[in-house]
Amino acid sequence: MITIDNLCKRFGSLEALKNVSAEIKKGSITYLVGPNASGKTTLIKSILGLVKPTSGTIILDGEILNGNFRYREKIGYMPQIASFPENLTVEEIVNMIKNFRESTKTYDEELIDKLILQKEFKKRLKNLSGGTRQKVNACIAFLFNPDILILDEPTAGLDPVSSSILKDKILSEHKNGKTIIFTSHILSELEELAEQVFFLLEGQIRFNGTKDKLINFTEKQNLERAIASIMIGG
Amino acid sequence: MLNQNGIKHYLKWSFCFLSEGLTKRRTVLLFIIGFLISCGVNFSKPLLVGSNHNFKTIQSALSSAKDGDTIFVYSGVYVENTILVNKAVKIIGINRPILSGDNKHEIMKIKSDNVLVRGFLFRDTGLNFIYDNAAIKLDSVKYCTIEENKFINNFFGIYLSRASNCIVINNELEAFQTKETYSGNGIHLWQCREMTIKNNKIKGHRDGIYFEFVKRSEIEGNSSQSNLRYGLHFMFSDSCRYYNNYFTKNGAGVAVMFTKNVDMSNNIFEYNWGGAAYGLLLKDISDSKILRNQFIKNTCAIYFEGCNRVTTLENNFLENGTAIRLMANSMDNLFTKNNFIGNSFDVNTNSTKSYNTFESNYWSEYKGYDLNKDGIGDIPFRPVKLFSFIIEQNRPALILMRSLFVDILNVAENIFPSLTPKTLMDSKPKMTKYL
Amino acid sequence: MNILFKIIRYQIHDISRSKWLLFYTLFFFLITYGLISFSNDQSKVILSLLNVALIIIPLVSIIFGTVYLYNNKDYIVLILSQPIKRKILYLGLYLGLVIPLAFSFVIGTLIPLIILGKNIPVQIMLILFLFAAGLFQTSIFVSISFLIATWNENKILGLGLSIFTWLLFSVLYDGLLLLMINIFQNYPLEKALIGFSVFNPVDLARILVILKLDVAALMGYTGAVFQKFFNTNFGIVVSFLFLIGWTVIPLMIGKRKFSKKDF
Repeated sequence: MITIDNLCKRFGSLEALKNVSAEIKKGSITYLVGPNASGKTTLIKSILGLVKPTSGTIILDGEILNGNFRYREKIGYMPQIASFPENLTVEEIVNMIKNFRESTKTYDEELIDKLILQKEFKKRLKNLSGGTRQKVNACIAFLFNPDILILDEPTAGLDPVSSSILKDKILSEHKNGKTIIFTSHILSELEELAEQVFFLLEGQIRFNGTKDKLINFTEKQNLERAIASIMIGG
Repeated sequence: MLNQNGIKHYLKWSFCFLSEGLTKRRTVLLFIIGFLISCGVNFSKPLLVGSNHNFKTIQSALSSAKDGDTIFVYSGVYVENTILVNKAVKIIGINRPILSGDNKHEIMKIKSDNVLVRGFLFRDTGLNFIYDNAAIKLDSVKYCTIEENKFINNFFGIYLSRASNCIVINNELEAFQTKETYSGNGIHLWQCREMTIKNNKIKGHRDGIYFEFVKRSEIEGNSSQSNLRYGLHFMFSDSCRYYNNYFTKNGAGVAVMFTKNVDMSNNIFEYNWGGAAYGLLLKDISDSKILRNQFIKNTCAIYFEGCNRVTTLENNFLENGTAIRLMANSMDNLFTKNNFIGNSFDVNTNSTKSYNTFESNYWSEYKGYDLNKDGIGDIPFRPVKLFSFIIEQNRPALILMRSLFVDILNVAENIFPSLTPKTLMDSKPKMTKYL
Repeated sequence: MNILFKIIRYQIHDISRSKWLLFYTLFFFLITYGLISFSNDQSKVILSLLNVALIIIPLVSIIFGTVYLYNNKDYIVLILSQPIKRKILYLGLYLGLVIPLAFSFVIGTLIPLIILGKNIPVQIMLILFLFAAGLFQTSIFVSISFLIATWNENKILGLGLSIFTWLLFSVLYDGLLLLMINIFQNYPLEKALIGFSVFNPVDLARILVILKLDVAALMGYTGAVFQKFFNTNFGIVVSFLFLIGWTVIPLMIGKRKFSKKDF
């Protein structure tokens, strides 16, 4: 369970997060939605400890995040842009991350198989296409069987086949009881996954509830329209 | 027995004349006369000194000797009071007898003309600052010869004052003091005329060879090294020549001061390193010649202060800190046909004006070209770098040596000369070095 | 600690495959080879190598360090999302860059020295000092470059600052010293200059090496004062402490900035 309490983050004069409070239950799928620069990525990075909050706290499974790092063993993160040392091969990158997370001994390599990443293993990163890099990125996030999966725009840059493989994987992990947080601006593609929706606008959570509640609340027939109506409505 | 010895020693004596450069015929003549003398007509019998001989001490032999006698001293250690030589005798050591001053007193004092001392080891005079203890002291004498002796651990080695026409040849001197103030000179000449100092080896004294008020004398083929102050210290000694000498690793190199008409040629000056060390320090020298010398790895190869009309010709300056340091009060000096190779600074000066001439030298730093292929660079060479000029005025700036900033400064000054003396340049730099 | 070594290992692995590092090694190799071939005086070779080490190493280290950190920002984010301490990552990145750079310099310089050096009498102390100078320049300027890149998000500003820092230590500082020497030329400045020189790592390394060479004798009284400081055990220890300080202090400040930074 992740509890976010009065989280504020300023970047100079820009207020990226304003008093955000939320709770993400264990085993839920949370959909972070909002326009560009609404604070989605900042919120995710705060949970990961990449961004240090100006004020407020985040509690993850009872542990206050305060520069500690061990808790990240529970998290698999798939960043929006994947970047790796250019001269290493895919295999070396995978081994490297395995090395860094040595407390995990059993690996979930399902995604590697399904995305047929093995055939790229001997290639150096600098010779890979953007889509393939994104696959590497996804595989690493799921590799350690983490309790929490944080996926920032997971399907961006993936081809439709890979995209649906990833979606299936997310669903199956959800069934295994994983907590999943994802962001996406391609609404239709992942909306079916969402259980809970956080709608962020200008650093504030404007809506926090289940997908059904959102749809009912806005009296629209699907999530996309529901969200659009909030954005227009302000 | 006596005669045999006489012959033997006569032979040695005459060979010495040979080496003095007398003509062969004269030598042969001398030889025959000498032979007759030593075979038959003994004008005077040699006096023998040794534990198994008539005389036990040299002094006692001397008191029995007459002018022209020869005293043979057999090997052994002789610790006598200062031996006073006031007769024209030859004192010759056989198998290098040791004469010791017992760390107290002078060993031998020569007060007569025509004395010869050969084949001894003089040692341990001890220090005495009032009497300037010397192993051999010659005072107001003529035609004396000091040859083939060794000198170890003496305050002064050979001390000549008011002497003339004497020869100091083939001696070896070594001292071991480490402080300049506790150390005396190797071969010391004061107020002398027509002297010859030749083929001696001097090591570890204060000044290897010291010349003050000496006229018309020659210093040839000596090696003077690791002396605490100067290898050669030379003052007020007009019309002297020194050549074929080797000066190395002396505390302050060689100093030649207050003198006219000195001829310095074919010497080697090397490894005189240190804050105040010079290969050759020239102060108030005029009308002199520096010819075909080698200056190798000295802090400063030649330092010119108050020098006029000195010609520096056909010398090699190799890898010195500064090859030539030319003070503003030096004028009308000529530097030509020298090789300047690998010196950190070729020429330093403390003035923006220079009235000296540099011409037709070879400079390894020269970057010019020779389009007409006459062996002479088409653009003049300016040997004074801006940085060397700066440090001349401001020694602490040396801390910036080899800084990139300094390199940039030098290049800039080279393109637009503004501070370094405009007239100080070699307008005919040679493209290849002189052999 | 374990993690630190792993990070370093992968960094070295990555960097050592870049063509750029090969060029860097080759550069030192060719320079050293050329210098030895053209000159048979070893102290001249060492002096020229020193010049190269004091100009090229700081420049390359500071620029490469800055660019390296900027270019690997996303990768750093990826690593930081793993259970790894920020401090460890920072040290890992630093050492992972310093080690290959230093290795390049040592190998590039040492091989020609070994191949060709047998003709010249080798002054081991001098060579050790040269290598120490080069290694310190590498560690110091990578350390400074990391600080600059961590402090500034703006790539262009960071790169500009890096080049300016290099210029400051290599050229401007000495220019200011010369100006000061000129203004205060009637005062005994030697001790003050020793004081000032320890605040410039380039000057400090340069002076340490030139005083090891006979050049010191050139300096007369000035040289004697410098010798008295820099050539005694005390002076050498102090100098090395300052060089270590120049490495460690920017590194520590950078590490602290890095730990508090938002990615």
